[in-house]
Amino acid sequence: MSIAAKANSLWEYANPRKFLATSERVLPFFWITSAVCVVVGLVWGFFFTPDDYKQGSTVKIIYLHVPAALMAINCWLMMLATSLIWLVRRHHVSALASRAAAPVGIVMTLIALVTGAIWGQPMWGTWWAWDPRLTSFLILFLFYLGYVALWEAIEDPDTAADLTSVLCLVGSVFALLSRYAVNFWNQGLHQGASVMRVAAVTGADSEEKVSNVYFYPLLLCIIGFVLLFIALVLYRTGTEIRARRIKALQARERVSG
Amino acid sequence: MTLTVTDLAIARGGVPVLEGLSFALHPGKALILRGPNGIGKTTLLRTLAGLQPPLAGQIDGAEDQIAYASHSDGLKPTLTVMENLTFWASVFGTKGIQHALDAFALNAFSDRYAGNLSAGQKRRLGLSRMLVTGRPIWVLDEPTVSLDRDAVQMFAEAVRNHLGQGGSALIATHIDLGLDGDVLDVTPNKAKPQPIDDLDGGFL
Amino acid sequence: MIALLLRDLKLAFRAGGGFGLGLAFFLIVTVLVPFSVGPQSSLLSTIAPGVLWLGALLACLLSLDRLLALDWEDGSLDLLATAPLPLESVVTIKALAHWLTTGLPLVLAAPFLGILLNLPVPGFFWLVISLLVGTPAMSVIGTFGAALTVGLKRGGLLLSLLVLPLYVPTLIFGAEVARRGATGMETQTPLLMLAGITAATIALLPFASAAVLRINLR
Repeated sequence: MSIAAKANSLWEYANPRKFLATSERVLPFFWITSAVCVVVGLVWGFFFTPDDYKQGSTVKIIYLHVPAALMAINCWLMMLATSLIWLVRRHHVSALASRAAAPVGIVMTLIALVTGAIWGQPMWGTWWAWDPRLTSFLILFLFYLGYVALWEAIEDPDTAADLTSVLCLVGSVFALLSRYAVNFWNQGLHQGASVMRVAAVTGADSEEKVSNVYFYPLLLCIIGFVLLFIALVLYRTGTEIRARRIKALQARERVSG
Repeated sequence: MTLTVTDLAIARGGVPVLEGLSFALHPGKALILRGPNGIGKTTLLRTLAGLQPPLAGQIDGAEDQIAYASHSDGLKPTLTVMENLTFWASVFGTKGIQHALDAFALNAFSDRYAGNLSAGQKRRLGLSRMLVTGRPIWVLDEPTVSLDRDAVQMFAEAVRNHLGQGGSALIATHIDLGLDGDVLDVTPNKAKPQPIDDLDGGFL
Repeated sequence: MIALLLRDLKLAFRAGGGFGLGLAFFLIVTVLVPFSVGPQSSLLSTIAPGVLWLGALLACLLSLDRLLALDWEDGSLDLLATAPLPLESVVTIKALAHWLTTGLPLVLAAPFLGILLNLPVPGFFWLVISLLVGTPAMSVIGTFGAALTVGLKRGGLLLSLLVLPLYVPTLIFGAEVARRGATGMETQTPLLMLAGITAATIALLPFASAAVLRINLR
């Protein structure tokens, strides 16, 4: 196979060295654009949009709440994908990317939960309600905790990657089941998913929808969070690769020593 | 059934320990596995038993042919000697445990709980399990640990009988069992560290 | 396969086998509930189905860390993995033995504990039915958790952390059946969901359990 053909393959980036080199080149771009998007989006959203006629200024917490909630779920989906890649193709970078993403996902889930509570207090008069969406996020948070705890508990890196990948697969199924179970168990107060609606919004809104004024700063924040997530995962995966390399070198020394 | 190993490489905890290992174990033959501590004898035996995948190379004729005895005997202290053996016999689908009790002189304790046996007696019980598996290839990891001299003779006799019936045995041991088997020293097969520049994907 | 089941049952019933521990735990949890929420019988009868479901779930969890760890420690798992029995069958049998020695006694004990908590009369039938349908899933899911953590020295706490989120759907639908039954509401939908989850876990999860067990045995 010619070198050019090889370099075109996506799997080329499964090589840790290639991954490190590329990620170091593109990381500054992600850091800067994500910072710009988030800062502009937040400032625009917080200071240059009108208060909602019903929810007042509290509505502006969506600029943190919605992107964080979105990334909390997307992060799990990314971990599911990378776990599958590890199980099928056994690329170490893939497994390490799942490992690197999990704490980011935890933080995103926490941000979504905390901002949700802060939003809920004035709107629903309570910090916490066992609303299906809130409950699902809490369950997702538990799944993240278990996943990270399993990574931490197992010494051998390949075994840890295998076990956490299977846990991620099984966990995904059960998380989905829990979502339906929770919906069945309690129909909630929460408004429907904001983003789906936002994407569908074109002009005048019914009062339930996030109106157009809020749409562009929100979109900017979401883009910013996606880029931030990518930057964090790339950066943390690089750290995991280096940590893994140190371990491998130490093991080599033990064998030859 | 001949066990053939071709150009085998194995790893422990992700680190290659042995490489380029080839040998054949023919029916009626014993092979004594030797090598210093930590070279990967146990890993090799576990790989042959199918408990872990090899790094490279090929193992032929091992599938469902191997009876494996590790450092631990897999005994349940709250089951009697008889119950322990009967359990393994039925798991492997064989009948009759009397010959196993006889071979390792366990008749006297057959109704005792395994938890009340001495270390050597437990080991004898663990080894007698090989006889009820009905498998032709025995793979034994340090079988004589905590056995006294008589018990070692018992074990050697059991292996000789097994070989006589067309079975074969691969035994990792440091003592002389008085078996006329070949010696397989794996010291030369110790995996060489790969040059740093040629790291597999940058890890090893 | 029968031999493995019989051996596990025998081990559970013999000294130190841990049979009855789960039951005693279930009893104690149930007795402690009125101490913590107060003795009003109307309150107790409202929360009885949920409390009994939660108690049964925790009692089930209690015995999970012995499920495979004992066989791991004494080397039996290695030997079973080299035996003609596929690991999928081994974990299924293990789960079945766990259910027979832990789940089934809990199901049978639940009505008596229901009396302690003033469970409404129509609730008894649905409590037993829901537990009967739900506890097998708890054993099978628990076996998966046990297989994940089998190689770890202090895996007990981690096991709980991993298994409890997986119990959520079973708990929701199971307790829903018991709660609806106690108040005379329609129970068919949650019961079908519960049965569906149990059937699906029994059918599919043993493959995942066997896979992680194989990984842990390497």
